[in-house]
Amino acid sequence: MLQMQLLETYKNERPDPFCPGCGHTFILNHLDAALQKLQLDPKKTVLVSDIGCVGLSDQYFITNAFHGLHGRSVAYATGIKLANPDLHVIVLMGDGGTGIGGTHIINAARRNIGVTVLVFNNFNFGMTGGEHSVTTPAGYRTASTLAGNLESHLDICGSVAVNGAGYVYRGTSFDRDLPDRIAEAIQFPGFALLDIWELCTAYFVVNNDFGRKEMLGMVDTLGLPTGLIQRREVRELAQALHEQGQRLRGQPTLPVRGVDAQFPNALDRKFHLVIAGSAGAKVRSAAKAAGYAGVLAGLWATQSDDYPTTVKSGHSISEIIFSPEEIRYTGIAKPDALVLLSEDGLKKVGGHLRAMTPEDVLITTPEFEHVATAARKVILRPRDASVRITRTNRSLIVTAAALRLLNLFPVAALEESVRQTMARFAAENLPVIAASAALLES
Amino acid sequence: MTREYIDGATAIARGALQAGCNFFAGYPISPATPILLHMLRDLPKVGGVGIQAEDEIGAISMCIGAAMTGARALTATSGPGISLYSENIGLAIMGETPLVIVDVMRMGPATGGATTVAQGDVQFVRWGTSGGYPIIALAPSSVAECYTLTQRAFDLAERFRTPVFLLPDKELIMSMATVDVAEYVDVAVGQRPLVPAPAGNGAGPKINAATGQPDPRLRPEETYLPYDFDPIAATPPTSPFGGPHITRFTTSSHDEHGFLTKDPVKVGRLNEHLRRKIEDHRAEMEFGQFDADPAAETLLISYGTTARAMREAADRSRAAGQPVSGLTLHTLWPVPENLILQAVAGHSRVVVAELNHGHYLREIELLLYRHAARHHHAPPQISGLHRVDGELITPEQFLAVVRY
Ligand SMILES: Cc1ncc(C[n+]2csc(CCOP(=O)(O)OP(=O)(O)O)c2C)c(N)n1
Ligand code: SF4
Ligand SMILES: [Mg+2]
Repeated sequence: MLQMQLLETYKNERPDPFCPGCGHTFILNHLDAALQKLQLDPKKTVLVSDIGCVGLSDQYFITNAFHGLHGRSVAYATGIKLANPDLHVIVLMGDGGTGIGGTHIINAARRNIGVTVLVFNNFNFGMTGGEHSVTTPAGYRTASTLAGNLESHLDICGSVAVNGAGYVYRGTSFDRDLPDRIAEAIQFPGFALLDIWELCTAYFVVNNDFGRKEMLGMVDTLGLPTGLIQRREVRELAQALHEQGQRLRGQPTLPVRGVDAQFPNALDRKFHLVIAGSAGAKVRSAAKAAGYAGVLAGLWATQSDDYPTTVKSGHSISEIIFSPEEIRYTGIAKPDALVLLSEDGLKKVGGHLRAMTPEDVLITTPEFEHVATAARKVILRPRDASVRITRTNRSLIVTAAALRLLNLFPVAALEESVRQTMARFAAENLPVIAASAALLES
Repeated sequence: MTREYIDGATAIARGALQAGCNFFAGYPISPATPILLHMLRDLPKVGGVGIQAEDEIGAISMCIGAAMTGARALTATSGPGISLYSENIGLAIMGETPLVIVDVMRMGPATGGATTVAQGDVQFVRWGTSGGYPIIALAPSSVAECYTLTQRAFDLAERFRTPVFLLPDKELIMSMATVDVAEYVDVAVGQRPLVPAPAGNGAGPKINAATGQPDPRLRPEETYLPYDFDPIAATPPTSPFGGPHITRFTTSSHDEHGFLTKDPVKVGRLNEHLRRKIEDHRAEMEFGQFDADPAAETLLISYGTTARAMREAADRSRAAGQPVSGLTLHTLWPVPENLILQAVAGHSRVVVAELNHGHYLREIELLLYRHAARHHHAPPQISGLHRVDGELITPEQFLAVVRY
């Protein structure tokens, strides 16, 4: 009576579509046997099929099924497992899919995501007409290697094993213990791959006078290990991520950091401030503190940055706009004030320097005293400051002095901004802002 | 008035979390990386999962897999990544997968300018996968809209079980802006239609006496037709992997069971369904902002960052005594035809401004010329204002066009 309550097959009533003698039929029967052995809940089991003849396989089972693109099955399986670690996710893919999707397989192995991959390895592309695949050994004939394959085969098991896969097995569709191995792999918590050699009776068998005996012989000629190749303790990724996440659970996510105006401002029009310096010199942080200070003073502010992809070398330009009204267009045709901090910055602001008029102001250091511009020049000597000036606080002291000079809003707004936007470095930076006052005296 | 000093990337991540996003997979690329960083850091806090994939193909594949377990999935990339997403965009359309894809537009073609602003992916996302099926794409033009339209994108993705693009540009994502926090408008995010759970499911699974495990034998009510759309434009109900039903997902031409078929009647009906699922519901996805000036002869149309300069120019033009209207499109695909036709009415001239060589101009031309032909009247004069040098279109460029 007990037996009546077991699922006696995981196959549905649809007959397999494969050519007579095709290895896919045998492997699917082994898979069915493995599922029977484990009595998995079909609702908690997902078969992810790749493309090719093997890609048809999911349609003959009563479990959940996902049939996607060529080579990507392992990546879908990874997403399914990550989102629901309780599921048993089993990938059915060919040697063709292994080639085109190799990167997903290697990375899944490296991550030890807990999916089971069955490679239906018939050494050629069955579905498209018997072309060679990454596992076609040298010398064999296929539709695309009529004179004999000159490339050598990919060792799938070796590739995943060396990259950390938890469970790696190589066998053939003729192995009697295959259901047990498949069941073992499904139960294995980490990444498991079985490279299962089999016959494509329509192509590889015909093109190479190849049969069971020849296939078993090829195991020896290629010198590849068979059986259980690797089984090691691993940390399964989906579970590990969920556990790591547990510790962060409930922490606030990106709360709105509302700013209410706390300081007055003296601005009745849009004001454009450009800070031009070198990457790695904290130009953007100084600019951000300035922009935020404007918001604290009841203004609208924007900041666009330009810097090379090599973040710590070359130029770093920050363009800030302050306005009593909402700012729509964020470009700057001509700065009202330009803070020039370095040679790198100078190289990028030639247009601005040319466009500026005597109403505008260039705030810079003695090295750039003679740059050509119609703008009024204010030369500051940060070297003489009462605090030690470093490559990184130089941007802040000059910017702070510039804001004092421009007098758009009280310097207290910048101090409060630094407390809020650079909280960890406030103790370091507030004295720099204080020291900036003296720069304007000389 | 409480304000926030914030960039668009943060607003998109916040909008996604607000929309219930619980899965993110992506691959770093400027200018979309800040979104990836926010999501990887914050998703675990809400019980979600974020992962940096091995490449963009892996990223979108993981999102699609996760989405079919019921997750609300997000990915973010830029033009080069969209190229790699291409085949899987079709898969998400075909499999009817809810998914939000952020494409932060940067200068192309190819790697182009990593941190250079452009709006060159408008037609790319529309036609970016084989078959040419309708897609949905929304374009925020402010940081507050980044927040709101991200939620809107999740709502549409869920309700229509389809990939939805959010198309901001580099300028919006990477620049700091001041937002009036009252502008953070939340959207009620719907849910994909679900197959009702089988009766008695609440009693818990049957336990198999032999194995001590839940009884694996399926009851008929635990299966359903995964691609049963009736009427043809309806979104078919689904059930997540691991849920109370067996679900079949396939992206080859399929019948209602999710089995592969070549039957022309079934294939034709499926493809018509994929088209009409979006086309018949256009009216539900027409979003934009029309700044009408009754005295204006010229209507400016724009979207994204470019619309910001347009609106500044419109204000300045009116202040100088030159009336002009402005239409900011928030929906790019499907083309919000009613919204556009209503805005165009009464104007003799239409100018479409964008940071590409006229991607949307052609849609406006098509719409207005067809409309004029159908109604036997002369179309308005239509022209484009383009810029493809990595700089923004300036308000002065708009003003010059208005004066012309
Ligand atoms: C991106 C892409 N490229 C090419 C194809 C065409 N194609 C279909 S099946 C296949 C090969 C399948 O071979 P394999 O994975 O070994 O499966 P088999 O048919 O041998 O079972 C190819 C290349 C495709 N479907 N998608
Ligand atoms: S073509 Fe080859 S792989 Fe495909 S069904 Fe026939 S024998 Fe099997
Ligand atoms: Mg094959």
